[in-house]
Amino acid sequence: MRSLILRTAARQLLPIFIIISIIIMLRGHNAPGGGFIGGLIAASAYILYDIAYGVVDARRVLRMDPLYLIGLGLACALGSGIPSFLIDSPFTAQEWITFTIPFYGKFAVTSPLVFDLGVYLTVIGVLLTIVFSLAEE
Amino acid sequence: MIIERAAYISMVIMTISLFIAFLRLVKGPSTPDRIVALDLITMLTLGMILAYCMLTGQFVYLNTTIILALITFLGTVAYARYLEKRVL
Repeated sequence: MRSLILRTAARQLLPIFIIISIIIMLRGHNAPGGGFIGGLIAASAYILYDIAYGVVDARRVLRMDPLYLIGLGLACALGSGIPSFLIDSPFTAQEWITFTIPFYGKFAVTSPLVFDLGVYLTVIGVLLTIVFSLAEE
Repeated sequence: MIIERAAYISMVIMTISLFIAFLRLVKGPSTPDRIVALDLITMLTLGMILAYCMLTGQFVYLNTTIILALITFLGTVAYARYLEKRVL
């Protein structure tokens, strides 16, 4: 759509959508949210960009084929099971590493976080593959 | 106390306007009328969620309103795009 207002708004809204999606993805461990809804929000940012500027520019902003995102996400989801596999617990059991960051306190990294990241990337990839191929018709 | 009463009164008003917006959605002579009515319904639902959030003190609902406000804008823009292409 050739609308200056929409184009300016899309350019400003893209980072806001992505920041909110990352927040939702990270807090999904013990609050409402999670990888799926975060991925939907991040994908809707690029869909808005696609509506405002067209598919070619949206692909250029994404900087990679959305199919690669699907593969990356599935690899993340598979890789989240490997650490527990290595230390004699069942595959994809939860593992925790707690760091102590100065001025912040304790910060725990879990393997479900990596799995959630995989879901996030896969959802973005699937949605953008569908939407871009529909918009290119 | 006064906050609770304000929330109850605003919920009543928003329910009435939801009915009116729904009438416009059903009757709406043209497609743009219906799209604007859908947008209005989403905004009213958002207001209902906010009033409920004030009543119960469950601030989890605030996140819903943020996401809903972002996504409903996208929906209206998408409808406008298909109107421009004369698909609808």
